Amino acid sequence: MELIISKYNYWVYIILMMIGFYAMIGKRNLVKKLVGMNIFQTAIILYFVSTGAKRGASIPIVEGGHGEAIHAIHAAHYVNPLPHVLMLTAIVVMVSTFGVALALIIMLYRRYNTLEEDEILELRK
Amino acid sequence: MKLLALIAVLMTGALLLYGTIDMPDWGDPHSPASIHVSPRYIEKTMEETAVPNVVTSVLADYRSYDTLGETVVIFTAAMACILLIRRPRT
Amino acid sequence: MIAHLEDVIIQTVCRILIPFIQVYGLYVIAHGHHSPGGGFQGGVILGASFILLCVAYDINEAKRRLNEKLNTMFCSLGLIIYSGIGFVCLVLGGNYLNYSRLGHILPVDSVSARSLGILGIEIGVGITVMAVMISIFLDLVSRGKHEEGLE
Repeated sequence: MELIISKYNYWVYIILMMIGFYAMIGKRNLVKKLVGMNIFQTAIILYFVSTGAKRGASIPIVEGGHGEAIHAIHAAHYVNPLPHVLMLTAIVVMVSTFGVALALIIMLYRRYNTLEEDEILELRK
Repeated sequence: MKLLALIAVLMTGALLLYGTIDMPDWGDPHSPASIHVSPRYIEKTMEETAVPNVVTSVLADYRSYDTLGETVVIFTAAMACILLIRRPRT
Repeated sequence: MIAHLEDVIIQTVCRILIPFIQVYGLYVIAHGHHSPGGGFQGGVILGASFILLCVAYDINEAKRRLNEKLNTMFCSLGLIIYSGIGFVCLVLGGNYLNYSRLGHILPVDSVSARSLGILGIEIGVGITVMAVMISIFLDLVSRGKHEEGLE
């Protein structure tokens, strides 16, 4: 039990993920479900970026890069840059998915003239 | 319906919290994510690419193929929106 | 239809601010080597400046500055720049996207050629992301009926 309580940062990510998950399955309006998906994806990105943090480290830009003096570069002084790189791609995928999903919602509205999920299922029968 | 969703969400949250027992601590410099290949990128970026920003050099030089795929993804999203929404002018 | 609100304060402030936002977007793309930034971030800032123009003024007014045909061509232009640099590296004898081979045609050594190759592909990515942001916004806002002046 102490192992779960001592990792308090994971509580924040899991609570944010569950808020997004509840919005995706508990709400009836299509746009609200989409906003829930966006919250879920943002929580996942936050979790991944936080796995690269190091105690007492600074941002991953090598100091002294302007001049020619290159000091010895220790990897422990800089935050792990790989999760930042991978999450840039994930943010771009998030924006693309959101744009295409909104376009699909516009097509649904043209066809059925409503945005509630149960009314659309009724009209399809 | 909403009560069922709330129960499912709480059970999933409890299972995820149980799964964080094995996860590394906050700010650990020896966690498995930080010791495999990222020290090589940080140490070699100035002598191989002369770009101080490690994130840009990894994104655009060491992993430029993935960035090409990502640019194609966002281009495809724009094409999908154009094909779905624009009506032909009659 | 939604009535368009003509507000003098918003229009004047946007008219003053938009060139500065575009210069800042170009600054973020160009300084991707030494400070946080790069192609994606600068492209989104450039796209946001055009969206601000659409929000403050009418859509037809904004489309007089950048019509949709040119915008869709910009979408492809960025990808052509990116793949084009990769093919030039392939023709010069290295692998695909191996920028150190660009030192054969540019008068720099092979380490600086990698830095210049990174700058080239960031410009391509910035152009594509700007055009995609503008294109998705124009499609979603006007719901396909581009002739009417909504907003």
